[in-house]
Amino acid sequence: MSDDVLLLGGKEFSNRLLTGTGKFGNHGQISKMLAASGSQMITVALRRVDITEQSENILEYIPKDVTLLPNTSGARTAEQAVRVARIAREAGCGDFIKIEVITDMKYLMPDNWETLKATEILAKEGFKVLPYVLPDLPLAKRLENAGAAAVMPLGAPIGTNRGLETKPLIAMLIENASVPIVVDAGIGKPSQAAAAMEMGADAVLVNTAIATANDPEAMGRAFDLAVKAGRVAYLAEMAEASTHARASSPLTGFLDE
Amino acid sequence: MNVFVNGTQESIEPCTLAQFIALKKLDAGALVVELNRQIIKQEFWSTTELQDDDRLEMLSFVGGG
Repeated sequence: MSDDVLLLGGKEFSNRLLTGTGKFGNHGQISKMLAASGSQMITVALRRVDITEQSENILEYIPKDVTLLPNTSGARTAEQAVRVARIAREAGCGDFIKIEVITDMKYLMPDNWETLKATEILAKEGFKVLPYVLPDLPLAKRLENAGAAAVMPLGAPIGTNRGLETKPLIAMLIENASVPIVVDAGIGKPSQAAAAMEMGADAVLVNTAIATANDPEAMGRAFDLAVKAGRVAYLAEMAEASTHARASSPLTGFLDE
Repeated sequence: MNVFVNGTQESIEPCTLAQFIALKKLDAGALVVELNRQIIKQEFWSTTELQDDDRLEMLSFVGGG
């Protein structure tokens, strides 16, 4: 298993749990969660500062060996997403960018069309683009052709903790994509992360379920274990399910036969 | 002179970007600055004179998923 690396945007990752920095009770929990989970990539968002008050620098709580994945949250158009991506790169956050363009504020559904447009532009500019999308196979192929480093389909709407509601659609991406598939959003429990990995997802991105747990540090560890278990199970190639029972002990040769 | 800071108009004395940031007591290490849609790297803050009607975006990284 030691050589089971995830290649994302030309960079090798030995841990397949991507995490987020949103919704933690305090920034100190982020460092502890990173240490406990072993996560090597974490998302951050870019916002206007409140110039009337001092605030903590969240980047100080993220170790330098953890890769930053700035997101374009808040963007409603491809143009806005491109602007945020360029700012994040100029700010020294590296080449990775999670494209998140949301126009629907009720379900926070990603706008696949604007996301594709932003991906086309940013991939040409050398960004390692991770687009967050509603799982759709033709779109995923278009994202691949546009130069996306991965495709990140949602399991369920952001922050809902409902798990893999889009499972059959994600399965199509896994079967047919030539870039890594990272299940992002909606994963609420370690067992759901394990299920995503068992079906062949290359990684998962979990924020809310970890950050809003009573103990985010312990939950980070739980998700790490689940992701590892799911990955090993996938590589071990699971036995098939069947309708009828199949004895696991011999059915002949019992005592008085 | 007047500048727009994060969309809000503000009246300030002529100064450099670095002086303005110091005046506002902003954490320079955490700050990303866009001036009239151009990103200004920190090394250029002290040589960037603010002009009347400049539009500044003062940004920083925050928690997000």
